[in-house]
Amino acid sequence: MDYGTANLWPLLKEVTGYIFPNEIELHWGLLVVIYPYLTGLVAGAFILASLVKVFNVRELQPTYRLSLLTALAFLIVAPLPLVAHLSRPERALEIFLTPSASSAMAMFGFIYVWYLMAVLLLEIWFDHRHELILRAEKEKGLKRVFLRVLSLYTKDIRPAALAFDKKAVYVITVIGVPSALILHGYVGFIFGSVKANPWWSSVLMPIVFLFSATVSGIALMLFLYMVITLFRRRKLDMACLDKLASFLFYMMLIDFTLEGLDFIQRVYQAEESIKIIGQMISQRIFVSLIVIQVLLGMLLPLIAIASVKIFRFPAELKRLIYFVSAILVQVGIFATRWNVVIGGQLFSKSFRGLTTYKIGIGGMEGLLVSLAFLILPFVILFALVKILPPWEEDDIRRRAPASN
Amino acid sequence: MKKEDKRHMIVGRRDFCKLILGGLGLLILPTMPSFASRKRGYERWYGTKYNPKEHRYGMGINVDRCIGCGRCVDACKKENDVPDEPFFFRTWVERYNIGEKEEVTVDSPNGGEEGFKNNTQEKKILRTFFVPKICNQCDNPPCVQTCPVGATYKTDDGVILIDEKYCIGCRYCIHACPYGMRFINPRTRTADKCTFCYHRILKGLSPACVEVCPTEARVFGDLSMVASPLRRFLRMNKIMILKPQLNTEPKVYYAALDMEVR
Repeated sequence: MDYGTANLWPLLKEVTGYIFPNEIELHWGLLVVIYPYLTGLVAGAFILASLVKVFNVRELQPTYRLSLLTALAFLIVAPLPLVAHLSRPERALEIFLTPSASSAMAMFGFIYVWYLMAVLLLEIWFDHRHELILRAEKEKGLKRVFLRVLSLYTKDIRPAALAFDKKAVYVITVIGVPSALILHGYVGFIFGSVKANPWWSSVLMPIVFLFSATVSGIALMLFLYMVITLFRRRKLDMACLDKLASFLFYMMLIDFTLEGLDFIQRVYQAEESIKIIGQMISQRIFVSLIVIQVLLGMLLPLIAIASVKIFRFPAELKRLIYFVSAILVQVGIFATRWNVVIGGQLFSKSFRGLTTYKIGIGGMEGLLVSLAFLILPFVILFALVKILPPWEEDDIRRRAPASN
Repeated sequence: MKKEDKRHMIVGRRDFCKLILGGLGLLILPTMPSFASRKRGYERWYGTKYNPKEHRYGMGINVDRCIGCGRCVDACKKENDVPDEPFFFRTWVERYNIGEKEEVTVDSPNGGEEGFKNNTQEKKILRTFFVPKICNQCDNPPCVQTCPVGATYKTDDGVILIDEKYCIGCRYCIHACPYGMRFINPRTRTADKCTFCYHRILKGLSPACVEVCPTEARVFGDLSMVASPLRRFLRMNKIMILKPQLNTEPKVYYAALDMEVR
């Protein structure tokens, strides 16, 4: 009888050295690569939004609302690959219902729900409440009911209530920043706390995850802002773009320094595992680590943005450099997640051999499903933007004077 | 805020905060009854005569005695209905060949189930030996710590078990185990590993691998009993455990373990 193990036989030939017999099957595949990638984008996009509200970076105002909606769209999708990768997905809710207090993974449900309900949804609701009420008054029929439901049937738009909205947004953002840090730092901790795996086990893991999250989130917003503005046939706010690129640059510098530090520490300490990790890098993930993550995803965009800062380029060229850098950074951060998750499983815990990972096309863990999870957030974002337009010029409050 | 304003507010600030905090508190509620009512399946097996708190099981493995016949691997697969494919083992045997220049090669064809072919003619061998591997039933088990739903747990007699009706298949425990002992059983799609043949030891029998070993390389026993063969094994040998630096506190003890074994 075949239990779906047929795909394991060809892997036997790919093994070099000695691995424990149970290690042929690679347990966390592409779906688990996508999960930290998506949560990183959530945390990064939210931190960018908080720069406007908490740290008062006015130039970034055009991306504030879009960042929040982006964070929400990606947060909705983030747990899906996790559930899909379970071999017993029908029991997924047990993580909420009977969590084991000692498990790092068990906290996921609580951190996720906290971030979704107490931070993102609340902030977006307070931010859009006034508009929802005004829009509902102008609409008729189902659309009106829908907008009323979204505003939770609140009708109070007196100045005091609006002032409270504003204050609430501020307070939630202040709570939201550490929450976003916890959300992704926690994902890093899931890996960093596995003492059995020397490639993962590092105190720096949560911190590196955090900064790479911020990098990916800012790069995503840079990309989205440029593409969406292009499609809306509006003019790009150059001051906003420059600021985004600046923040991207500084965050990348910190991220690169931390990753470098982690690497130097490993090489210098040269523990028992250093030999097999060296082999794993040179024989298995050289392209994804050295070429894609470090050269294309980190150094090239760093140099490009630095040259924009040093030399005076025409606006057209600047935009092109920003755009290409944003894409390169995305590819680089995806490779970072890949190298952590997959790289950590390519060497045996006997430290004597390497195995390999092959992605299937179909199936739950396959390429098609994974692509769907990567595209889905953009579809949700499209819908969210339709329901809660984030653009300043569409803001109904500008047209209608605030009633009593 | 003016008094008039307050009167017109649909939800006051204080009530609003209460609502938010209360709503968040509700999230914890569903976990309460399940924490209280959760009863382990294995407790039903004990009956009235067996008190798990009076036992503490462990295993001794004498590396010098193992001849690599693979009977233990075979017996384990049969006794515990472990899938036949060479990717799923609750126990296996490794062969170490250390050459003249200290170069180490390790192999375990099909977990050593059919024994090993002679390869000592191929090159000059300094020393060679077999090492049986089995779940270390750690006293400080990382697999139990990481399991998000408590499907992997430690019994009072010190054995680590998996509730296959409860495991969600997240595979975190597989990554947490430093010894590569765990796998996903393709039939149940849940985590699986050695149980010390828990169904046998509760009846006073030895685990299958111990039972069939022709050279008594494996010794099973109760650490809490002074007269157990395991206690004698620990007294008579210099003992080592696997990966002691990870502080997992294994209860599988090796005699004559070579430094090359991980």
